[in-house]
Amino acid sequence: MNRFDILFKQKAARVLNIYTTAGYPTLESTVDTVTALTAAGADIIELGMPYSDPLADGTTIQESSQVALANGMTLETLFAQANAIRTQTDAPIILMGYLNQMLQYGTEAFLSQAQQSGIDGLIIPDLPMDIYVEDYEALFKQYEQGIAFLVTPETSAERIREADRLSTAFLYIVSKSNITGGSSGLDDGQLAYFKTLEEMNLETPKLIGFGIHDKVTFDTACQYGNGAIIGSAFIRHLGKGGSPKDFVSSIIG
Amino acid sequence: MTYNINTKGFYGQFGGAFIPEMLHSNIERLQKNYREITGSPAFKAEFDNLMRDYVGRPSPLYFAPNLSKLYGAQIYLKREDLNHTGSHKINNTIGQILLAKHIGKTRIIAETGAGQHGVATATVCALMGIECLVYMGATDIKRQAPNVSRMKMLGAKVIPATSGSQTLKDATNEAIRDWINNPVDTHYIIGSVVGPHPYPDMVARFQSVISEEMKWQLKAQTGNENPDYILACVGGGSNAAGAIYHYIDEPSVKIALTEAAGKGIDSGHSAATSVLGSVGIIHGSKTMLMQTPDGQIVEPYSISAGLDYPGIGPMHAHLIESGRAQVYSATDTEALDAAFELSRIEGIIPALETAHGFAVLKKMTFKPDDVVVINLSGRGDKDLATYIQHDPNVQ
Repeated sequence: MNRFDILFKQKAARVLNIYTTAGYPTLESTVDTVTALTAAGADIIELGMPYSDPLADGTTIQESSQVALANGMTLETLFAQANAIRTQTDAPIILMGYLNQMLQYGTEAFLSQAQQSGIDGLIIPDLPMDIYVEDYEALFKQYEQGIAFLVTPETSAERIREADRLSTAFLYIVSKSNITGGSSGLDDGQLAYFKTLEEMNLETPKLIGFGIHDKVTFDTACQYGNGAIIGSAFIRHLGKGGSPKDFVSSIIG
Repeated sequence: MTYNINTKGFYGQFGGAFIPEMLHSNIERLQKNYREITGSPAFKAEFDNLMRDYVGRPSPLYFAPNLSKLYGAQIYLKREDLNHTGSHKINNTIGQILLAKHIGKTRIIAETGAGQHGVATATVCALMGIECLVYMGATDIKRQAPNVSRMKMLGAKVIPATSGSQTLKDATNEAIRDWINNPVDTHYIIGSVVGPHPYPDMVARFQSVISEEMKWQLKAQTGNENPDYILACVGGGSNAAGAIYHYIDEPSVKIALTEAAGKGIDSGHSAATSVLGSVGIIHGSKTMLMQTPDGQIVEPYSISAGLDYPGIGPMHAHLIESGRAQVYSATDTEALDAAFELSRIEGIIPALETAHGFAVLKKMTFKPDDVVVINLSGRGDKDLATYIQHDPNVQ
């Protein structure tokens, strides 16, 4: 049983997944940030692998990635940091990055290193499901790496079922057709979409992300999913010098 | 073996559609329908009419006597520079705007490097009365000022891309993000044979009018529809794709592609992707790209904004890998010299991008009766500021 299964078995509601960019705001801050987040009550950590060309990300995460890369962040450093984090927490850690990073590292070497570093899975927005099945699924299983596929308001019911079947970490429900970093509330259209998903009785735990940025949006998202993902809002908080503990308290305190 | 695309959108190992789920519905719709829509008689008739009456096609195939004498071959120039808007880019934007109308899109976005594709997109949007936003790197906005003004005059909104090196790659990133945010009403007119399937094939097909005309023009002028060589510059590779499209499976026709070497291939300031690159994913396509060992995309450099791109279209990656195409490179200086030479001996001022394709004439050896076609993909008006800076005759 992987760490996601264990978590969702113990806690089926109000699961808080916080995204943070590895190597931001400083190269050495990753371990302290993550352990402070889990100590304060974050259930899952989504660790961003900073990338030069993050297509699915908005300005906040782009900028944090640029800072991290300028700080000298590399995949080797990230794996070492994940190892250090793993000695201090049992919370699931999922890497978020882009397919080119894994390809260039070498897919098998990457997955093996991820496993050895105590990482539990990956979110790779530009890895489509059909290519995953054809080229990567067996390797992910071999190295016990989960995967979370994204579904959006534009995703057909058939593809939602496929994402549900293939996702082994959780199902990433993109709240609206958008890049990351939105900060308006959740509108009626989005709520209708969440309801549709709810009625599909999917098997994989659902975490809602994109635009979740405070207690109100977190609470609303939690009515429709097993929890929610907060990314850009936390990065903005870190950028202003805020502490992980205060941020988590503002969401679930 | 075939050099063309397979049913899954791959050229050999290159191509495909590596896109976030947010783009899936739009890309899938294009994948499923582009051949049927663009192949219909009504679509073709409208496309052909606009090509003839609006763009001014066919573009001439001009025998260049002085260049021929200088390089000891029979050199012909395919005059895409004489098209409306000044380059081959309009061939593709006409096709895509008709497609966008057909699928009911009401808002158009585009990326541009040199501004030629931006102008061509702004032009067809003005023609069709559709809203147009063009993403352009902040660096390119500065070095291609005339095209920025043209786009604005045509009613387009020009949005600076301020991330990365602020050039074509970054403009493309911003355009893709815009499409993610506006999936319902927007069509993204990609300007080159890059991006997720079906873009590389779709753009190549719209540009294939170039080699379609070359065939009958060469037949009429030389008695043989096949040349010995086709030369073209390559950034993403749309003009080259169009110029070689109908010759790909004709092995007697040799293909010479020229990339921008910038300040020199090993200078650290270059855009010679096929030499400096390795296999990876850029803008939704598996292809050759310039990257670090950690998979970070490297900022390219070229004096020409249109070739300043760290990737290359998957079709070209495959043609180069399989040995079907020979790849050359030209530095900034070599390209400038080629532009000055063409201006003085043939009376044609080429775009800086195009000039790279001419620069390799010096590096190749021909037999006197070799028929060489160079795709003169664009005119140089937009580059006057750069030319004035570097041409001793102007100073």
